[in-house]
Amino acid sequence: MAQTASERAQARLAYGLIAPATFLLLLIYVIPIAVVIAMSLTDYTLVSDYYEFVGFENYAKMLSEEPFRNALWNTFVYAAFLMPLSFGLGLVIAIAIQERQQFRSILEVLFFLPVTATLTAMSLVFAALMDSRQGVFNNTLETFGFSGLNWLGSETLVLFSLAIISLWALIGFNMVLFLAGLTAIPKSLYDAAAIDGADGAIDKFFRVTWPMLGPTAMFVAVTNSITAFKIFDTVAVLTQGGPNRASEVYLYLAYLEGFEYFNMGYSAALSLVFLAIIFAFALFQALVIDRKVHY
Amino acid sequence: MADIAQNPHAAPTFPLWRRRIWFHAGTALLFLGGWIMVFPFVWMLSSSLKPTDEVFDSDFTLWPRTFAGFENYTKVLFEQPYLTFLMNSFIVCAGILVVQLLTAVPAAYALAKLKFRGSTILFGAVLAGITIPINVTSIPLYVGIVRVGLLDTYVAMMFPFFISVFAIFLFRQFFKTFPDSIIQAARVDGFTEIEIILRLIVPSAVPAIAAFSVFSFVAHWNDLYWPLIVVQSQDKMTATLSMLQYQSAFDNDYGGAFAGATVITAPMVIAFLFARQLFIRGITMTGVKG
Repeated sequence: MAQTASERAQARLAYGLIAPATFLLLLIYVIPIAVVIAMSLTDYTLVSDYYEFVGFENYAKMLSEEPFRNALWNTFVYAAFLMPLSFGLGLVIAIAIQERQQFRSILEVLFFLPVTATLTAMSLVFAALMDSRQGVFNNTLETFGFSGLNWLGSETLVLFSLAIISLWALIGFNMVLFLAGLTAIPKSLYDAAAIDGADGAIDKFFRVTWPMLGPTAMFVAVTNSITAFKIFDTVAVLTQGGPNRASEVYLYLAYLEGFEYFNMGYSAALSLVFLAIIFAFALFQALVIDRKVHY
Repeated sequence: MADIAQNPHAAPTFPLWRRRIWFHAGTALLFLGGWIMVFPFVWMLSSSLKPTDEVFDSDFTLWPRTFAGFENYTKVLFEQPYLTFLMNSFIVCAGILVVQLLTAVPAAYALAKLKFRGSTILFGAVLAGITIPINVTSIPLYVGIVRVGLLDTYVAMMFPFFISVFAIFLFRQFFKTFPDSIIQAARVDGFTEIEIILRLIVPSAVPAIAAFSVFSFVAHWNDLYWPLIVVQSQDKMTATLSMLQYQSAFDNDYGGAFAGATVITAPMVIAFLFARQLFIRGITMTGVKG
């Protein structure tokens, strides 16, 4: 392909502009990903420089070992608590705020405040609120005649308690996304639906709001799944995977294997499986949203 | 009436008084929900003003019976190294943001407006990078940092975030909408490409750059994962990481612990209250990062 002088000059300039970014992209993404793949096929530990190629042994170990299944299951249970609540409450609150424009700013501030807050610090507050003897949660339950619960210390309850903390931090995020989606729905659609006989709030919701919110709803659902799958901070601060590994979630297990036990090869394999799951979510989003946009 | 104006679509047959009761009940519920959302902050602030033995009193009072706020905050700010932690967090966040902008803006401009071989590959790599979280690359990055002897330094704390593939993607989309004719005219007028970026493109992209900056700052201020891996000494400890360490101190000095938590949470919360729309835009546009 023949290039004019100006085209060549433009290309030279472009290479200058992308050089720093490309260099960093190689160092921070491309090489580490290649290394992580290679490492996952070895028994590399940071403690000794000697390592062997072990093929797919790390992946086989994952499938056969209890901690991996336990962590995957815990993450799943936690997400199953969190996601319907964060999605449903975010949507209901957004619709309610949309109908009360005069209070919109103040309500937006109240609900969004937790999204910006430093979760690590707020986790300590939740630890105090959820204290089994003197915490506000149990005091409130006891006021209403229920017995107190061991929120963070019980194997059966701990994932639910962590989900409550995440819910608190996530609702405002979903609410704002849903509000943006609701604002974009033309008023004329509601008028048309009213002429067609859709009068109640529920009728309006199913005939107009829900179909028009499709892409937003999909975006919220997918980003929430990824967020849920990435839970780490609250576990690291509050439970360290306990009691008795009942809150050992996926990323916390990968962290322990890699940076506490220095089983780098095994942890690399765990990371790649994690990436594959995130990729699957992203791919699903790309495919489904594409379709939604075109119908 | 405000509520009627807001609901022009409801059936006229539905009694007005019932609709109004439902509407006000909904408003009350919303504000109750809002109170629940801010309650942890209120509780934290209130506890930070209390002496230790009052924090867990079974009858919670908003204002302390014995005011210990002065002692608690003096201790946190002047006797304990919280100011160092805050400064470390600030240095790391600011350093990351500056390098991110310096590398992303030129690259995004090249991808949006210049023709060069390999641009498709670069853009593909950027898109792929968006889905890769730090948790996946942390092991090789850590091993690399150990090998070059940079563990427990600011560079190590910032390095993995020096490039934001998300910023490149976002700015490219934004720059693409900038009219080519204006760029051509500027070239004819003798502007160099750097001048075009600095004097035309960047000013036009201020909303996107501001929103991204807020996102980046908040994300790294609140990050626990990476500092937990590369920070070893108290000198380099970030604000979030200090919460993990001070959890043990938490057992005997509740008032002080919550004064510390307040000091660490305050910067982002106050900034949010001052730049509400910018924060909401900055944080929600980046759903990918969760």
